[in-house]
Amino acid sequence: MTAASAEQRGEPIVSVRDLQVRFQTSDRRATVKAVDGVNFDVRRGETFGIIGESGSGKTTIGRALVFLLNPSAGAILHDGIDPLALSRREFQSHRRDYQIIFQDPNAALNPRMTILASVLEPLELARVGSRTERERQAREALERVGLPQEFGERYPHQLSGGQKQRVVIARALTLKPKLIVCDEVVAALDMSIRGDVLNLFADLQRDLGLTYVFITHDLAVVSHISERVAVMYLGQFVELGPTEEVAERPLHPYTIALLSAEPRPLPSSMRQESRIVLQGEVPSPIDPPSGCRFRTRCPHAQPLCTERVPEWRELKPDHWVACHFADRPNFSPN
Amino acid sequence: MGEGQLAQRKSEVAREGARPLLSVRGLGIRFKTTQGIWQATRRIDFDIAPGERVGIVGESGCGKTITGLSILRLLPGNFAGLDGKILFDGVDLASCSARQMRAIRGKRIAMIFQEPMSALDPVFTVGHQIAETLRVHSNVGEEEARARTLEMLRRVGIASPERRIDDYPHQLSGGMRQRVMIAASLICGPQLLIADEPTTALDVTVQAQILELLRDISETSKTALMLITHDLGVVAETCTRMITMYAGEVIEDATVDEALVRPLHPYTSGLLRSLPHLSPRHGRLPSIPGRVPSITEMPAGCRFRARCAHAAKGCEAEQKLQDAGGGRKVRCWRFAELNLPGALHPPDTSASARVARQ
Repeated sequence: MTAASAEQRGEPIVSVRDLQVRFQTSDRRATVKAVDGVNFDVRRGETFGIIGESGSGKTTIGRALVFLLNPSAGAILHDGIDPLALSRREFQSHRRDYQIIFQDPNAALNPRMTILASVLEPLELARVGSRTERERQAREALERVGLPQEFGERYPHQLSGGQKQRVVIARALTLKPKLIVCDEVVAALDMSIRGDVLNLFADLQRDLGLTYVFITHDLAVVSHISERVAVMYLGQFVELGPTEEVAERPLHPYTIALLSAEPRPLPSSMRQESRIVLQGEVPSPIDPPSGCRFRTRCPHAQPLCTERVPEWRELKPDHWVACHFADRPNFSPN
Repeated sequence: MGEGQLAQRKSEVAREGARPLLSVRGLGIRFKTTQGIWQATRRIDFDIAPGERVGIVGESGCGKTITGLSILRLLPGNFAGLDGKILFDGVDLASCSARQMRAIRGKRIAMIFQEPMSALDPVFTVGHQIAETLRVHSNVGEEEARARTLEMLRRVGIASPERRIDDYPHQLSGGMRQRVMIAASLICGPQLLIADEPTTALDVTVQAQILELLRDISETSKTALMLITHDLGVVAETCTRMITMYAGEVIEDATVDEALVRPLHPYTSGLLRSLPHLSPRHGRLPSIPGRVPSITEMPAGCRFRARCAHAAKGCEAEQKLQDAGGGRKVRCWRFAELNLPGALHPPDTSASARVARQ
């Protein structure tokens, strides 16, 4: 990491302002508000976690962050720049700095290309250096993710799931990105190798000064790796704060319920006596509930929650929440 | 209930307590592949008592699903043979005829799977599919079948079942489909329910609902549960006993509490330690080096020894699933001298204290 980027640590590398992403349903009769008014900054050098259940919009945010999807409204700034204002050419070289890794490495790797060819591809598209220089960089990237030299000549089917995910990570590193969006990157891996891959992400961050946006449904993974974490529900953030604060002193009833629902590998004497089991399932994002979107499943819902949309407010330093009653005593179990 | 009946019931309970409901002995399953015969599992031994909830844990490819399927003799087409015995209520399922198996499947042993959408038929209503199990196994009329289906839907927590009974699977959410599957599996009152990753496809808040339902139903109707999962948290929340599998073998069998706090096999210990915890920033996660040996390069002796930090001279000998005292079993000859850490190690006082407080 250079001195300049060390100084900038903590400055926003991505700023998201009132982001909205809408999709038409296939019959074009309705609009799905997949992301509906989200605000946050990702700070340089941090790991920013986003957790949420399926359909919460977390993957849509991840794709929008690297402009695989364009916002329907609102803005996403990369280092203060709006990439959509760049020329096509400038945009193409700009987006190399913002990479994304997906859940399934089988779908991300071409089965007919050798590992080395897959890792070389982005360098070739970006026309980096000479052929030998590109190959040197690709091999270096494979070495950095802990794969031995001879893996370059193998094909994806000869590798295990964990090894394939390492290849995908190596490929994302070749263009020396500033930020990587990691969308459920360990969900498809077996538990004994999940730890290895999480450790690799931490090492790369330390060595290369990377910033991560870590998107997952797994609370334990997000708490392990992130400095700050946002909790999503039906297209909106309901809570955002330092991971330790959110995990140990959650403010939003949904976060409290999520933490309570997480099955923990602990002996019976150490498990919570009564867990909060939310009733029902997430409502459709085509027609979300009025007021607070969580109210239909919230154990504390009041008439006010139907009438008014809760404000997104900073209840404690750096700890944001969208709930009318989050500051009431006796509300949370803490 | 008359006194005679009560005494009879008591003696039945006592007898049931003495004999396991399911007793698997030396179970090995072989498959045909292009490279020859493939031994998927071998020497599987375990018991499940009536009403007991047992978790079968392990990573993908360890043979846990195949073990579940073999009990119902639902093995895929390349199945090449089976060794050992599967004693269910005294009857060896391994040597039952196809006809005898049909009478057991769905009636006395039922199974639910990970993906309820592929287990349900899209062109029949859910009510029809639940009642089908009942019509196949008992002589009930249409009206009674419908009434019992409605009652079952209510029991598995489906709100306004009168409205849902005529719905098609695509009209239901993932959680509701899994409830329908559970209703269909329980309608004949089976003694054993095999659930293979029943909540893996579900969100965490819905998973909590389904696990609670499985636990409640098992308790109230005394149905034994064999829960196959890779998630140790799910086992801890649902089961009382945990059987750990590795590379086609049972390597540890203990109560959930014992296995989590003081595992006896290095693999169980390694798995528990490699899990990220909810308390943030533990630093590096301990991990198990290497990977599960492939079926073609299965080592002789202990199958875990290439990855084991405690491997020593002696591990190349065949390992028996041995009695470790107190009803525990372990397939590691060094278990007595190893003092292995469990889920709570390194002891993170803040996390444990916090959870204890909640």
